Amino acid sequence: MLVLAGIGVIVAGFLLRFNPLLVVAVSALITGLAAGLDPLAILAAFGKAFNANRFVSAVYIVLPVIGLLERHGLQERARGAIAALKGATVGRLLLGYLLFRQLTSALGLTSIAGPAQSVRPLVAPMAEAAAERQGLARGGDAIPAMAAATDNIGLFFGEDIFIAIGSILLMKGILEGYGIVIQPLHLSLWAIPTAIAALLIHGARLLWLDRTLARRA
Amino acid sequence: MIGTNFIYGLAGMVFAVFAVLAATDRGNRKRFGNAGFYGLLAVSFLLGDRIGDIGNGVLVLGLVAIAGTGAMGRGARATTGPAERQAEAERRGNRLFLPALVIPATALLGTLAFKALPALVDPKQITLVALACGVILALTAGYAWFRSRPATPFVEGLRLMDSVGWAAVLPQMLASLGAVFALAGVGQVVGGIAGAAIPDGSLIGAVLVYALGMTAFTMVMGNAFAAFPVMFAAVGMPLLIGRFHGDPAVIAAIGMLAGFCGTLMTPMAANFNLVPAALLDLKDKGAVIRAQVPTALPLLGVNIALLYWLGFR
Repeated sequence: MLVLAGIGVIVAGFLLRFNPLLVVAVSALITGLAAGLDPLAILAAFGKAFNANRFVSAVYIVLPVIGLLERHGLQERARGAIAALKGATVGRLLLGYLLFRQLTSALGLTSIAGPAQSVRPLVAPMAEAAAERQGLARGGDAIPAMAAATDNIGLFFGEDIFIAIGSILLMKGILEGYGIVIQPLHLSLWAIPTAIAALLIHGARLLWLDRTLARRA
Repeated sequence: MIGTNFIYGLAGMVFAVFAVLAATDRGNRKRFGNAGFYGLLAVSFLLGDRIGDIGNGVLVLGLVAIAGTGAMGRGARATTGPAERQAEAERRGNRLFLPALVIPATALLGTLAFKALPALVDPKQITLVALACGVILALTAGYAWFRSRPATPFVEGLRLMDSVGWAAVLPQMLASLGAVFALAGVGQVVGGIAGAAIPDGSLIGAVLVYALGMTAFTMVMGNAFAAFPVMFAAVGMPLLIGRFHGDPAVIAAIGMLAGFCGTLMTPMAANFNLVPAALLDLKDKGAVIRAQVPTALPLLGVNIALLYWLGFR
């Protein structure tokens, strides 16, 4: 039971807002000590696993290409493509964004949108404007919070369809540790049913939001 | 044979260039912290197999020391302004999406094509090799189309890398923590607790404990990456795959997605749930989580059903 102390370290560390890398390292140390390992053995085990899991961080080789395209207006073009949806209701607008976010994430383009890049400057204001046209008073948390939620849901249940995303590579690594060799493509295909369910469930909620606003008006 | 040597060599070179560019970025007060961090990652990719387990452990301590002391900042190199970008976006139009699409398209086609060439490309690494090929192809196209200076893509890449910062290695760190957890037998302890909760021989019970355990553990750790190795070792591998002969790909993939439902419901996942609330100036910092729970809970139910139906055909 003592080895569960490392989990306690994680919880306390995050609650007290220490740097997560530091929290993870301390948790590893405490867990190892609780299991009776000597510090050098813990350091070696951590170092070995870190080296074996390098492929998780190899994905950053795409940044120079994405950065170069951003420099030449990729984000503006992507925003323009969404802005063409003007005149939509808040529900349909966010449903369109959900679909856009899921599809682009599934293509590995996870960083072309996000809370800072797209939600604050674009999606939240557009959603608020649409909701206002539908009769909702200005200034509540509900609509911008829904815009941020839609961004997360689109990202989470789209990115796992891309074969080279971190979580897929992590699963591949763990399975290999048990002697099971599975191609990333095989893992990513099984993310599709849940992605469709996420689109249906969250999409239904968004359209329901339109109905609620129409009834209230 | 082309495999990890090619991928890690490329990644090592990219991080080495990031380190040099960061070190010479005079506008960034913390430039040496950034340079040291990227430099250590370059060493990890280029020499990780030669410096031994202890050497790698010390390298991690270096990364933790830099990140833990707040020694990293955002770079300040010049890039194009919003007006410039807007004008160029209008001029270049939807063709701008093409180089971005080259990467996933090459990754996908390469994965399928390299399967036929097991002698040339390490079969275990074909997706990453294909991804790296896509990056090289897209970068070459970018140089040709934009007539960029050699350093420009890396300066722009560094801008993105700086915004990710130390968080870039958090998934790899959590995966390593998972390895220490495994060594210390955390999975067995959690599995013992979870196993005691599963009625003997009950498949649906095992599926429920696996999926709900993924969700709960993700909520505690703030990240499905950390929960996955533990729950997979505790329930997924021994019970669902070992005893009930479930399909490993389904058990792994949908188990991870059950964890993602947990990510939607926890303040521990600060980058997804608390940062947007702050960015949007919301009065209630829990508003984003409350907007997500009504989607996350039914979706968790769907994942449990999918695990049960698709995993054990």
